This record gives sequence, C-alpha cells and structure tokens, in this order.
Amino acid sequence: MRLIFEKSISGKRGVRFPERDVPSACNIPDGLKRKNYAELPEVSELDTVRHFTQLSQHNMGVDTNFYPLGSCTMKYNPKICEEAVLYKGLADLHPLIPQLPDGNKLTQGALQVLYETSQFLSEITGMAEFTMQPLAGAHGELTGTMMIAAYHASRGQKRKKVIIPDSAHGTNPASAAIAGYEVVSVPSNAEGVIDLDEFKKALDKETAAVMLTCPNTLGLFNTQIKKIADKTHEAGGLMYYDGANLNAILGKIRPGDIGFDIVHVNLHKTFGTPHGGGGPGAGPVGVKKNLVEFLPISRVVKKTDGTYALEYNYPSSIGYIAPFYGNFGVILKAYIYILLLGQKGLTRVAENSVLNANYIMKKLEPYYHLPYMRTCMHEFVISAVKQKKNGVRAVDIAKRLMDFGFHAPTVYFPLIVEEAIMIEPTETESKQTLDKFIDIMIKIAKEADENPKITKTAPHNLGISRLDEVKAAREPKLRWTK
Amino acid sequence: MFPDELKYTKTHEWAKMEENTDVVIVGITDHAVKQLGDIAFLELPEAGNKIKKDSPFGAIESIKAVFDLTSPVTGEVIETNQQITDNLELLNTDPYEQGWMIKIKIENKNEFESLMNASVYEGFLNEKGEEH
Repeated sequence: MRLIFEKSISGKRGVRFPERDVPSACNIPDGLKRKNYAELPEVSELDTVRHFTQLSQHNMGVDTNFYPLGSCTMKYNPKICEEAVLYKGLADLHPLIPQLPDGNKLTQGALQVLYETSQFLSEITGMAEFTMQPLAGAHGELTGTMMIAAYHASRGQKRKKVIIPDSAHGTNPASAAIAGYEVVSVPSNAEGVIDLDEFKKALDKETAAVMLTCPNTLGLFNTQIKKIADKTHEAGGLMYYDGANLNAILGKIRPGDIGFDIVHVNLHKTFGTPHGGGGPGAGPVGVKKNLVEFLPISRVVKKTDGTYALEYNYPSSIGYIAPFYGNFGVILKAYIYILLLGQKGLTRVAENSVLNANYIMKKLEPYYHLPYMRTCMHEFVISAVKQKKNGVRAVDIAKRLMDFGFHAPTVYFPLIVEEAIMIEPTETESKQTLDKFIDIMIKIAKEADENPKITKTAPHNLGISRLDEVKAAREPKLRWTK
Repeated sequence: MFPDELKYTKTHEWAKMEENTDVVIVGITDHAVKQLGDIAFLELPEAGNKIKKDSPFGAIESIKAVFDLTSPVTGEVIETNQQITDNLELLNTDPYEQGWMIKIKIENKNEFESLMNASVYEGFLNEKGEEH
C-alpha cells in the first residue's frame, strides 16, 4: 500500500477555507517562520477516507483474528464496556472537579467507581487496599518497588537487592533498577521454576524484595511458592506479585493468601480492557495492611455518611505517581467487566483459560518440542528446535501463521527456552477456533519437514512480504523522503 | 572448535590475556553470535569505566531480544572496539580477532586463570545439549 504522501497530487484539496472577511496580517517573527513548504499530502477528502479505511483493514486485532500472543492475555474486550465509557456523565467529566470545594458532590459516581474497583481488586487478590493510579503494568511495578523502598526506609533499613528469576518479564528487573535496586537474577531449574537452592543462596539481609510471576512466563505454577514466601519474610524481605498472569488463577488462588505483600494487576490483560494499539492500559497496585501507609496520593475514601471523597493527608505516602487518578476510562471498563462476570464468572475465566492452553499443548505435543512436560496453566511454551534442523526457526513459524489468519504468538521469550514460541489462547476462544489453529500448527510442522522453503519465506498471503528486520533495526528510516 | 588460546565463560564471552601485560581482551563466542541471530545493536562501556566480574558491562541486541554482556574479570576498561559498533557484521565473520569488544586492565590474574578453557567450554555446551 502506498503512503498518503505518495498519493499526493499537486493542487488537490480536501478542505477549502471560507473567504477571508477581515484584513490579512501576519505577525509571526521571521525567525519562527518555516523556510520550506511543509509538503503535506494534497489529497481529497474521499482519498483520505479511503486511505485510512484501507489501512485499518490491514490491522490484525482480537476483533478480527485469533491472537495467541503469550503473556499478553489478548482476550475479547466486551463491547458493552466500550459503550458505557462513552456515557456523557462519565466521558465529559473534568478531572479537576473533585478537587474543587464541594466538587466531590458532583463526582460521586466516578469516585464510587474508583473506590469499588479497588475494593473488588482487593478481594480478588487478597490485599488490604489498592491504588488505581498506575497507568500500565510496568508503572505499577515501579510504584510497587518505590513502596518497598519506603517500607524498608521506615524501618531504618537500606536494603539494596531485588531477587528476580531468569524467566521474568523484562520489566521486572527494569523497574527494580529504576527504583535504585541491584537486580539479582536466579536461574530456573529443570522443572522450569525458580531454583530453590540458588534462591536461598541469593537471599540475605540485603534483599529488599523478591519479584515473581506465578504462574511464571512458562505457564507453570510454582508449587514451592509458600516456601519461597516464608524464607523471604524470615530474611525481612517483601514478596512482589507481577499480576501479568493473574488470568490463570482468578477465583482459585489469591496472591495475598500465598504470601505476597504487593500485587500489580494489568486491567488490560486480566480484566478485558483493550490492549496494545487499543489501549492505554492500567496497572493498579494492591498492598497488605503493613504497606497501606505508603500508597500514592490521592486516595479515594468512603466516609461514614456513605459519600466518597479524595484524601491527601498521608505523610508516609510515596506521593504522586500519575496525573489525577489513573486511566479512568480503563478502570471503568474493568469495573463493568468484573460486575458482568461476578465471582463465578471470574472463576470460569481461569478454568477455561487453563483448559484451552492445555488442550492446544496436548494436541501439539507430537509435532513440537515441549521443553517442560507438565500440565500448564493459562499459557505454554514450545520450542522450534525440531524444525530448526531444517533451518526453520520460531520467527518463520510465526510469520507463516499469519498466512492463515492468525496473529503470531510471542517468540523468543522467555529467554531460557531456545527458539521459544509462547502460546496463550485465553478463555474467550471457542473450541472451533482452537481446532483450526491446531490444524494449521500441525500443517506448518509438516511443511517445515517437507518443504521448509515455504515456511522460511513466509508470509505469502499478506499485503506485504517479509520485512528486513535487521536492516530496519540497523538503519532505521524514520522519515519519508521524496 | 573454539580457539585454544582463549578462556571462556558460561555466559559465552571469551577472554584473552595480552602477552606480558595485565590486560584482558573480551569478546563473545561464535556460539553466542549464532544463538543471537542477526545482531542489530551493540552497547559498550566507555574507557575508564570500572567493571566487575560476573556483572554486565554492556548489552547486545538482536531482532529477538536484548542480552547483557557479562564481564569475565574485574578491572578498568581501557579501550573499546570502535570498529564493530558501526560494523556488526564483524561479529559474524571474525568474532575472535576483529570482533573483540573491550580491553580490561585487571587487578587479579587468578580471575582470568580460573575461567574455562576451550575443551571445558565445549563440554559445557554439550552438557546443555546445545549445538556449536
């Protein structure tokens, strides 16, 4: 498809300005005037509409295709949530109103949404209280690590290490490092979970916290989790739960009950709000009772008369971490999602997401190498090492999947699996879709054996063939030139 | 398979002692380059930086992911290879000579001596079942 700049015809117009009825004047100083023409595309209104409509048709999203992107929980985003956020009383609310004198009275509905969503999340994760402010998962991690630092500082301690397993999301070590901690990476064992002996070696009086995803990025639940939490607490450290994989345990296990002190949840994963290009996200953070005093301000409180208000007077708080109260629209969608599903529905989310992942994994087992042979949770990792013998790699399989109308899964993550392909179907896909995906994965495995060239040169059926990713990375061309 | 005159780490760096000096040259092995696939970006420390054994001294980025480069020894960086940052192909074509990354003035020669030799490194890769 051509760029809109390439569709430009000199003299074509989309809009005509009305004739000027005042004297012309231009007081822009010479130094601020542009020296060359802006060279904006000259196209008609219809050209523009067609261009962007065609672009949108090249999009691949949950609304158009199966999207098994591991670790991202690309589930269906209920449209009723999208509709509710457009209600004028919520969409047009000015964020400063609750901060005006008596402004609370005009914003009770919105404050109630923030308050009740935080209550729901506390109940779901087993925490005492939540801040709804962090604007994404990694922002939640940073907020959490800052509270960890504040907690230790309040006890007169300056611990310097955060322990993170080698299978972790890259944001975990990044957040800990930005908060000023030294990251200690602990290897995984043959079962695919953090190695307990190596963990004990790394744990000491300098350990501020342990950051874990459970189930982890291999989709495996760590059965030693209580032991890890107990050891960490004995050493005076805190347990941080990265909620990226919360979908697998909704209604089944609460991180707070298995020893975690801090949790962030990704509303855009677990609670069905749009993701990626359809974002933004939200990463609320919950804490146990002993950390509540460090939560960011403002906090939404429910007063004895049943009304809601913003409260700022918390001297030990880590302070402001986001403009206003977080991504309110996202929080509202998650609130509706939780109300739609209820306790039973959320439990079925976990059950079906785990069932769907295990179903695909079992069906693919004869065709792809499975580095960890155990029942998985909501996602699993296969390796393309069998196919690599014919020169077909994980990236080739991912590209080939697109030929058949599937979004590519996550590849080359987690780093501890060679030629990793990480598949997360989520609970919202039907058995028919899963079966179609399985058939295509098997077809690609056979193709990689019999005619690897097809796989290695995929995609063949899209509007665009394989991009030169290396050239794009080494010599990025960020501007269009004639 | 791997040059005998070099020492190796479990994180796939090689190290070479410059004759009659206390300077160690560091790069990454042919195996590491193959595993990374196409390399898109390399970040090296500046001369004068102090680095610690087993701690990251830089990062290497392929189209798959970013990986830390781990220092085999403790010391001060005295020179980095400016040739490769602009010409990453050198890592593929000549990882052990033109593909060197940094020179480190070391404090403790034992650290260097205790690294794996070529046959131990090869054994380590075989044990992990990795091709090389």
